[in-house]
Amino acid sequence: MSSWLDHTINGLIVGNVYALVAVGLALIFGVSRLINFAQGSIYLVGAYIGWIAVVQLHTPLPLTIIVVAVAAAIVGLIIERFGLRPLQNSVRIAPLLATIGISFVLDQLVMLIFSPNPRALPSQLPDVRFQVGGGTIGPLDLLIAGVGLTSALLLFVFLRYTKLGWAVRATAQDRDAAMQMGVDVNRVNQAVFGIAAALGGVSGMLVGMYYNQIDTAMSLQATLKGVVAEVVGGAGNVPGAVIGSLLLGLVESYGVAVLGTSYRNLFAFLLLVVVLVLRPNGLFVSARQAPPEPLTGTFIAPSRPVNIPRWALLAAVAGFAILPLFPVSFYVLQTLINAWLLGMLALSLTLVAGTMGQVSLGHAALLAIGAYTSALLSLTLAVPAGLAVIGGGLMSAALGTLLISPSFRLRGHYVSIATLAIGEIVALVILNWESVTRGPIGISGIPPLALFGYDLISPTSVYWFSLAVMVVLALLQGRLLTSHLGRSFRAIRDDDIAARAYGLSLNRYKSLAFIFGGFAAGVSGGIAAHLYSYINHETFNTQQSILALTVVILGGLGNVVGAIVGSVALVGLPEVFRIAAEYRILIYGIVLLLLVRFRPQGLLGTV
Amino acid sequence: MTSAPEALLALSDVNTFYGQAQVHFDLSITVARGHIVCLLGGNASGKSTTMKIILGLVKPRSGEVTFDGASLIGLSTPQIVRRGIASVPEARRLFADMSVRENILMGAFVRNDRDAIAQDLDRMLTLFPKLGQRLSQRAGSLSGGEQQMVAMARALMSRPRMIVMDEPTMGLSPLYVDRVLELIRSINQAGVSVFMVEQNASLALEIAHEAYVLQTGKIVLSGPARALKDDPRIRDAYLGGSEAA
Repeated sequence: MSSWLDHTINGLIVGNVYALVAVGLALIFGVSRLINFAQGSIYLVGAYIGWIAVVQLHTPLPLTIIVVAVAAAIVGLIIERFGLRPLQNSVRIAPLLATIGISFVLDQLVMLIFSPNPRALPSQLPDVRFQVGGGTIGPLDLLIAGVGLTSALLLFVFLRYTKLGWAVRATAQDRDAAMQMGVDVNRVNQAVFGIAAALGGVSGMLVGMYYNQIDTAMSLQATLKGVVAEVVGGAGNVPGAVIGSLLLGLVESYGVAVLGTSYRNLFAFLLLVVVLVLRPNGLFVSARQAPPEPLTGTFIAPSRPVNIPRWALLAAVAGFAILPLFPVSFYVLQTLINAWLLGMLALSLTLVAGTMGQVSLGHAALLAIGAYTSALLSLTLAVPAGLAVIGGGLMSAALGTLLISPSFRLRGHYVSIATLAIGEIVALVILNWESVTRGPIGISGIPPLALFGYDLISPTSVYWFSLAVMVVLALLQGRLLTSHLGRSFRAIRDDDIAARAYGLSLNRYKSLAFIFGGFAAGVSGGIAAHLYSYINHETFNTQQSILALTVVILGGLGNVVGAIVGSVALVGLPEVFRIAAEYRILIYGIVLLLLVRFRPQGLLGTV
Repeated sequence: MTSAPEALLALSDVNTFYGQAQVHFDLSITVARGHIVCLLGGNASGKSTTMKIILGLVKPRSGEVTFDGASLIGLSTPQIVRRGIASVPEARRLFADMSVRENILMGAFVRNDRDAIAQDLDRMLTLFPKLGQRLSQRAGSLSGGEQQMVAMARALMSRPRMIVMDEPTMGLSPLYVDRVLELIRSINQAGVSVFMVEQNASLALEIAHEAYVLQTGKIVLSGPARALKDDPRIRDAYLGGSEAA
């Protein structure tokens, strides 16, 4: 029995930590209807500032907390001022993309400065446990509970009794009306970003102390957990976020107690998906009206796509096709193969996110499904590699669409959250379903690509194969976009209510888009599996999802040629300039930020 | 010019666009100090956009908007509010999850004189006695008419020199319509200029000093309300003007 009390205490403590992140997310969502994907990065920054304070400056604990809160708040203010305020009049999707870009930049900066190796973050508190009933509790538990309660109290006083707090609440309920009362919405934004960042930073520090370890992987996990807790409580609902966090902490703690540590995140994301499906407004539905409907055509930056003549496209394809006949290095071919594989993923994402308007942040899961299916088919059932790749594509189309279908009723940022969570679930299932996927060991010895009995081992043959597959997929997608289907997709993207009023079935068209997109991504993953000959649950991670998103925005959302041009640019240019690998993700993040700010329609224009 | 009343708010030659579509064509409107001026027009005539221009929520492409002699162009909405313009927005737009008291006090957001604000709150409760029992209730739970009272009290709390109202009688029961018109008149008699946008011409003309009729972004008719009340063209303007003489 005693252990259950321990699990409960542990769940509540962890829930407290989540609450510090989730409350910040809720404040920001309330005021600006934005899910701040950079919240976890601020949490990471907080943890490392705490490390500097404790290990380098030897500050006492109370001072450490203040230093972390202030420094994190400053980071939050900088993000608001330079990352988001310039986007105030941009398209709806811009701030979301900007926070994703900011998050990558911050994470990479921390990684470059402090190295990816974990560090210890001592709490400076005595290591004793007190007996409470049947369980035990330590000074750090009490500290976390104390910080949580104090923050909640301060926040309550701020919102209820200060002028700025009133302005925050009024803005959250009706931004235009608040402005007409004389509320300076920019100051409100500053306030919530500062508060959210201070809370997030302190949370990161506390978690670091709790596990006596900090590393750069904390960031994405924190964002995900915070978002889960916030959505469970009802987006924008501050007390709901606290309760959602405690609930999440308890669910995880009990789940771990029953099934083991590797299931912790699986419980978190399943909770999210269940809540999104059953009660998309959260468990504590706020009486507030839904956010205003999207205005027609404002989802993506409107633009006239660059018209590329057919002969130029043909010439480009022909040029790339005959490239291996010239004495080019293995390295160039290898780089271009990567570009073609990324191009297939980008084709998939540009259809789903650009044409259909469902900004997926979990697209790497489709790669993983395709890769594992193809690898397992060829290894265990001895299916020829060529057929296995197609099998991977079909499985990705079917399973991907099935998994994503609960989120069809969601809109806007919620779709992004749901796809992110589903992506994580796929990775976690792969990790835990050892009898099929071989768990953390991964699958090795995957046979090379083969076509009609001939092994494709030379780089040239792989190059031709992947180029051909990508071109065929691109042609098919081009046909699709000019058909009535393509028009229906765009109609749903631009105004789903109007589209429904004209009799378009959203579920059917969203399924079709995901089936086609899932196939392209699955084929890409399948080819990659045979090419790498070894894959594991981390081969296809969120970084790849974000890279694909950057590619798609670079090329122009919905633009087929743009997706491929974007892939070549983002894979090729770092090679051309010989940029070291550790700087690449930083550069992708910066590219994403600059695009959103200065050329939201991408290089070739949105379609 | 002889002793024409001094203009408090003046829009001159305003042209507004939403993307490619032009909403206002050389719009010119004057609100004299101490007057009630009413802007009439059917759906999609550009009435509400006129409100948004005054409040700085929409920027005109060309033209000038002055308040008390100073230009409002380029000012943000909060800055314009601080100049002394309060608004009763369309459909009231209360802060639904905040209490009635908090909603009314939000109107005084631009002020810092605590004691005077408290006095003004009491004044509002004498002006709108019904709200006294509702002070701690969620604003979203009130009826439409009560919400309109809160919205008007909220606007008055900033001690404005002018109030702009977007369809203050829309969706109210006949009883409340009379009450609202009554209140607008008494607010005006206390020295606050009023600019209101209305669809209900006959009601609005009863209390207005001057009126303008807006049709697809152009002023087609204007003058003293008394003169317009009997003008057959008012009715024609509402029918789309196709059979105007």
